[in-house]
Amino acid sequence: MSKLTFARAINAGLRKSLENDPKVVLMGEDIGALGGVFRVTDGLQKDFGKHRVVDTPLAESAIIGTAVGLAYRGYRPVCEIQFDGFIYPAFDQIVSQVAKMHYRTQGRVKMPITIRVPFGGGIGSPEHHSESPEAYFTHTSGLRVISVSNPQDAYTMIQQAIASDDPVLYFEPKRRYHDKGEVDETADLFTALSMEKARVVSPGSDVTLVAYGPLVKTASDAAMAASDEGISVEVIDLRSLAPIDFPAVEASVRKTGRLVITHEAAQSGGLGAEIAASITERCFNYLESAPVRITGFDIPYPYSKLEMHHLPDLDRILDGVDRALGRGNSLSGLEG
Amino acid sequence: MLTDKAGQDAYKAPSPGISAENPRRTGGNLVQLISPEGERISHPEFDLWVSDVTDEQLCSLYEDMTVIRRIDAEATALQRQGELALWPPLLGQEASQIGSGRALRDDDFVFPSYRDNGVAYCRGVEPMDLVRAWRGNASSGWDPYRHNIATQQIIIGSQSLHATGYAMGIQHDGSDSVAVAFFGDGATSEGDVSEAMVFAASFQVPVVFICQNNHWAISEPVRIQSHIQIADRASGFGIPSMRVDGNDVLAVLAVTRIALDRARKGGGPTFIEAVTYRMGPHTTADDPTRYRDANELEDWAAKDPIARLKALLRTKGLLTEEVEAKTQAKADEVARNLRAGVINMPDPAPLDLFNHVYSTPNSWIERQKDHYSRYLESFSGSTQEGAL
Ligand SMILES: Cc1ncc(C[n+]2csc(CCOP(=O)(O)OP(=O)(O)O)c2C)c(N)n1
Repeated sequence: MSKLTFARAINAGLRKSLENDPKVVLMGEDIGALGGVFRVTDGLQKDFGKHRVVDTPLAESAIIGTAVGLAYRGYRPVCEIQFDGFIYPAFDQIVSQVAKMHYRTQGRVKMPITIRVPFGGGIGSPEHHSESPEAYFTHTSGLRVISVSNPQDAYTMIQQAIASDDPVLYFEPKRRYHDKGEVDETADLFTALSMEKARVVSPGSDVTLVAYGPLVKTASDAAMAASDEGISVEVIDLRSLAPIDFPAVEASVRKTGRLVITHEAAQSGGLGAEIAASITERCFNYLESAPVRITGFDIPYPYSKLEMHHLPDLDRILDGVDRALGRGNSLSGLEG
Repeated sequence: MLTDKAGQDAYKAPSPGISAENPRRTGGNLVQLISPEGERISHPEFDLWVSDVTDEQLCSLYEDMTVIRRIDAEATALQRQGELALWPPLLGQEASQIGSGRALRDDDFVFPSYRDNGVAYCRGVEPMDLVRAWRGNASSGWDPYRHNIATQQIIIGSQSLHATGYAMGIQHDGSDSVAVAFFGDGATSEGDVSEAMVFAASFQVPVVFICQNNHWAISEPVRIQSHIQIADRASGFGIPSMRVDGNDVLAVLAVTRIALDRARKGGGPTFIEAVTYRMGPHTTADDPTRYRDANELEDWAAKDPIARLKALLRTKGLLTEEVEAKTQAKADEVARNLRAGVINMPDPAPLDLFNHVYSTPNSWIERQKDHYSRYLESFSGSTQEGAL
């Protein structure tokens, strides 16, 4: 066991993949000498060479589009998109090419491409640097979408993503890059919890609280605070956003009868809506109250002096828990 | 056949090849080796690149062009008869596709657009497999790795990046094969084509961009796409380019060989503009009389790529009755088989819908597949009830 920051844990996972498989190549802007703007690829070009860790021109569509060609030739490209807000120029290549190639070729051409996206807010950045675009991709069949919430998962899940024969979007919560945690670098990839599975972070019996990525920590803090008030909250880290491990969420809701979902992304058409609808379909009879969503607002990501109002925090989550429990909350007395 | 087996070039690259090392831009002058009247025009540099082409091979180029034109006509007819949902005719572009397609080596890898059926034919794709996707029976007709040609691309320009990425892989592998992207003049306006040229030039990868300038992007003339000659675009990216008469199969063969040779020798990317003309509609869904002048078509019909080669063969005394009969018989046979194959093509099974979305199981899709199959099964019961 070693104590690593989130960023170092991903770095260690990338290193391991580069060592284990000569077909793995990293591509992105500034990922070489600089080690990426968040230093996630620090030292990798020095150790593996410019052909395995490629500093690309500034062209997002090309980063993904050339990865498609490399995958055609049997490579496993790992692309870094520098910031969430810069993934849009590559959107076409991701949804029209990467996602559909296996289907279009009737399974003959595999696209084992991993797309790393530092995402989410909370670091006081200018515009286009704090977005949560995950729902665009969970809506696209052919892609697997995961989000990591702690250094151990970051380490194993990046390797699982790279080893996957399907394309994977790997969302890294950038505000957690410097958080430290225990990482077992000897962890065997294939006995480690699959990236497909959700994980119960802390068990509880009154309310199920679903989170992923940057908000898992916030959700855990909220659960701790709730327990001081005698409320037992079960926190679930989704880990996989597409497909979502619904059986895991379902099992929890059958036990608690209540569901709160939290994410930074805007509410409308977001993952919270999908989870609320799917869980309602699957276990309506077990629900004691309507599912509650605590999310970012339906606004462009705001300037940084206001982002703390936009981002779900511990108190807003607790307010949502109160709503699910029918306790007094900020919306008490409101009809509809 | 001119297509080479991996590792053995049928022709000897002229050396020291001025063109190979520095395929200079040809400015407004098209590289041309056969005039529209069918005369062989000699050229001190480019002749070297086709000096190995025997009389027999000239006849085989004629056969290929005739057969692909017949496949195209048959597919167009099948669409008109409701057997295909749509078809993008290549009428007029036979020389640019066969000339370039026959220059390739087996281990080169092609990324084509929807119109490049002639190129696919050169790669050995079966005529039936060319129409499968247009009938709506499969998302793609062939296995890319069997023929070293990706499936057809509909998103304009996208494949230029895939070819460049593939070429990055070739470079990484230390192989001397080449990736080739085919696209139209309209595609050069797309960001992806520019980005592909940036990557190709920056990394000096073995990729050849072949732009068939057929003068139209659906209803938009090429002057809406580019204020300068399309071949001139490449120089801004640091990529040498050639402008070739795309209706001249020998000239297209020569310039493609130059570009391939350069790529194989580590000389990086080349851009080829094959100046040709789409004589039919964009697809069977459009009506070119709405947007283009009949005179224009007439002018270009006079430059027909097949008539031109035919005239050359005639002058050379190669177009014997025997050659002509053999060529026509082959075209007839291919067309007959294509028609029978299309009409008898079985429909896919409903649950194929869910296959190959992922290469490993996915719980969302499996659930939906399971639910839908139960739904379908529910009908087998009710049909029986209805029969009682
Ligand atoms: C990204 C994208 N935009 C628009 C279209 C619709 N479209 C299909 S073909 C075409 C014209 C393409 O012209 P060109 O690149 O010159 O090729 P050509 O059809 O002439 O061979 C257009 C606009 C498309 N398929 N993809």
